[in-house]
Amino acid sequence: MSRRFLNVRIITHKLAGPRGSGASPMLERLLPLSDPVVTSALILLLAFPAGGQPEAAPRVQPQEVTLLNVSYDPTREFYVEINAAFARHWKQRTGQTVSVRQSHGGSGKQARSVIDGLEADVVTLALAYDIDAIAEQSGLIARDWQNRLPHHSAPYTSTIVFLVRRGNPKGIKDWEDLLRPGVSVITPNPKTSGGARWNYLAAWGYALRRYGGDENRAEELVRALFRNVPVLDSGARGSMTTFAQREVGDVLLSWENEALLAVREFGKAGLEIVLPSVSILAEPPVAVVDKVVAAHGTRSVAEAYLEFLYSPEGQDLAGKHFYRPRDEAAARRYQDQFPQLTLFTVDEMFGGWAEAQRKHFDDGGVFDRIYQPGR
Amino acid sequence: MRNTWTRRRGVLPGFGLTLGYASCYLALVVLVPLAALAAKATSMTWERFWTTVTEPRVVASYRLSLGASLAAALINAVFGLITAWVLVRYRFPGRRLIDALVDLPFALPTAVAGIALTSLYAGNGWFGRYLEACGVKVAFAPLGVMVALTFIGLPFVVRTVQPILEDLDPEIEQAAASLGATRRQAVVRVILPELWPALLTGFALAFARALGEYGSVVFISGNMPMRTEITPLLIVVKLEQYDTAGAAAIAVVMLAASFALLLAINVVQWRCLPAARGRV
Amino acid sequence: MSAIGAISGVQPGVAGSAALTEPRWVRASAIAVMLLFIGCFLVVPLAAVFVQALERGLGAYAAALVEPDALAAIRLTLLTAAITVPLNLVFGVAAAWGIAKFDFPGKSVLITLIDLPFAVSPVISGLLYVLLFGLHGWLGPWAAEHGIRIIFAVPGIVLATLFVTFPFVARELIPLMEAQGTDEEQAALALGAGGWQTFFRVTLPNIKWGLLYGVILCDARAMGEFGAVSVVSGHIRGQTNTMPLHVEILYNEYNFGAAFAVASLLAMLALVTLGLKAVVEVRSRRQLAEALRQRGREGEA
Repeated sequence: MSRRFLNVRIITHKLAGPRGSGASPMLERLLPLSDPVVTSALILLLAFPAGGQPEAAPRVQPQEVTLLNVSYDPTREFYVEINAAFARHWKQRTGQTVSVRQSHGGSGKQARSVIDGLEADVVTLALAYDIDAIAEQSGLIARDWQNRLPHHSAPYTSTIVFLVRRGNPKGIKDWEDLLRPGVSVITPNPKTSGGARWNYLAAWGYALRRYGGDENRAEELVRALFRNVPVLDSGARGSMTTFAQREVGDVLLSWENEALLAVREFGKAGLEIVLPSVSILAEPPVAVVDKVVAAHGTRSVAEAYLEFLYSPEGQDLAGKHFYRPRDEAAARRYQDQFPQLTLFTVDEMFGGWAEAQRKHFDDGGVFDRIYQPGR
Repeated sequence: MRNTWTRRRGVLPGFGLTLGYASCYLALVVLVPLAALAAKATSMTWERFWTTVTEPRVVASYRLSLGASLAAALINAVFGLITAWVLVRYRFPGRRLIDALVDLPFALPTAVAGIALTSLYAGNGWFGRYLEACGVKVAFAPLGVMVALTFIGLPFVVRTVQPILEDLDPEIEQAAASLGATRRQAVVRVILPELWPALLTGFALAFARALGEYGSVVFISGNMPMRTEITPLLIVVKLEQYDTAGAAAIAVVMLAASFALLLAINVVQWRCLPAARGRV
Repeated sequence: MSAIGAISGVQPGVAGSAALTEPRWVRASAIAVMLLFIGCFLVVPLAAVFVQALERGLGAYAAALVEPDALAAIRLTLLTAAITVPLNLVFGVAAAWGIAKFDFPGKSVLITLIDLPFAVSPVISGLLYVLLFGLHGWLGPWAAEHGIRIIFAVPGIVLATLFVTFPFVARELIPLMEAQGTDEEQAALALGAGGWQTFFRVTLPNIKWGLLYGVILCDARAMGEFGAVSVVSGHIRGQTNTMPLHVEILYNEYNFGAAFAVASLLAMLALVTLGLKAVVEVRSRRQLAEALRQRGREGEA
């Protein structure tokens, strides 16, 4: 009993504290709510119109314009330079200041973000299938996007090469050397990485050529190759880190541009490039996102941005960042960097990306079969 | 004990206001998004849902996620108990520092943890170098997943057991000792039963957290289909393949598992542990 | 391992007599096992972060932190925490009041629902908001029509963070307020205080340490969240990258020194958090113990 009394005294003391009343009786009169249901309804009413703050409307100021370029992983360094060069070029031509924002990630993930509402003015992805997916699933891009720019909208190309450790200790020369027991091959996961799909198709295409179009032998070869893969990262950059930084594996299947960049970046780690006898012509495509540029009022600058990639300056920068330029003059300038190779395209070997994706990479496709348990 | 201070509504003000506000906020932030998920998953036919969630690759990921989480939670239960015991019962230099450090996994971003652990356990890392010389492969193997999950779940057992151990009445032990019990008997027969509910709760919390963990695991696991892919990663993979419904289906399975686990934890806590509830 | 040699036995008063503690070798090996465990799993990874951050010297370290994209990431992270923590704080207090001070049916289901975000995979939390606000989601088309950007912009990041940090304050306060009971509040009301006055003058001082502890946990998680934010961010450099995402980006640019530099900043935030927490935790635990003891005494009386 005495305890209760004590409590009351303490409370009295607390209530008569020095500072002004902690809460207004008015507030209490305003909220005489004893019923959770009523309160809920009220709060819901209050909360919904305030659900999200509208962002500033798309900029139509003539003095300044912003573009968002949603791209895949290995293009980071390249587009940093392109963006600066294009800003200079555009300023000269129109007097307008343009700043290009970048977003990078796995090609599929980036396309998915655009489909879900990432407001990209232009997309520059690893393979045509991902831009097709945007066109088909969201209608943000017209379906004939590939015909709007030269070379099927692929301003630069690349291919798939082997990266090995210094001195090539395992003596890797061609695709078949990757199947030997004891050779460990690093590639990203074809399900998530655009680059890895090029890797996979390059191996498959090699086998088709070698065995006169025998699909079963091709599947066998690719199966044997993936049996030698100890780590499947989700993207090209992850694989490169695993190979160069963590020193896992004997061979990395890589974009040519990434391999050249890595030889420069990880020079001291001692990496060498080996060219297979045959590889695939990788054509990373670009496109303007029609509905977004319409909403932003940025169509002309977005189109100019992509056209700039085909200009002599853009082509030169592509060569500098280890992409094979389409432009002959630029190609000659960088010819030492890009040895001649027998290359085949996805269209001639697989009948286009849509077909290749459906057959090999969709759930239940050939790649899933190769990765079944008990193999 | 709770019965002696049962409260009835109506005595204090604010029941409607607080509970109304809390349930609204809960609805807006948690339930509406969950409903969106459920709706997405039910947009599939039952057969497609079932095929998606029982695909061999998905099943393999359940096995890894469950197995590695269970192993990690067990490791944490054993070592967490020892850690809590040492921190409460013994005095040694650096005790307070270690006590504070135990919470590091709560505060350190999971991506940072993942990168740090990978660099340690990779073949050329500080630990990996020696482990791989002995033929033990940690990074890019299921063992690496377990290491990351152990890190993530480390504080749970320690932090649930610690307060109970602190509040344990020394009289019980004295009584046991005076009745002639050996120290081992006192620990096994008297103290451990007291700690049991807290240990179980900590174990279950660590397990629940580990099941859903993503950031730290993706760096160290190597993400090999059928071998080192965790279930949350498959959700991301499905998303990247434009299969939102498939991602939602797997998410629903995971959610059901988490909810069941949490309900179990809360039941254990409400029954046995009025004091230590909430020490996350 | 020098610490083992320095063990000075148990402190007097903790468990004095020999029958109440373990033999010396048991104590020493228990401490050794714990040190090994904590060392391998906590200390060494933490050290690794700092060692690799400083590998290229202090200059490179500082340069990585003042780079504009890094600054933008730091700013966004702080902004996100500044929005989410107060919101979850208010919710936590309201929920704890409603749940701890009153009895009603369905209480444990409600508590479980509050806990749910804690056990939901962060990836799923991100996915939820994509499903809700994505262009093909429930509210996405409506938002797009009105020019409201939610996912791939700051509001989406805030929402996803709100979700993952949802339970922390409430979970910390419910048991505390439960243990404290309602006597003091009832006394205040009987003396004629208003509801709000009672809350601010009586309840709040009683729960302040527990509250602070919850806020610290909530804040740490808000700044460090990776999985959920990664799904909704869009990864626009300088705009929608939080610090953990920036770490990943640098890592993917082979810029390991810078990646670990930003990571070490996060680790330092973590350490500061731990320091604060250690102080607050002792007090909040004392507050809880105090409340329980009072309950116990009254129960006996």
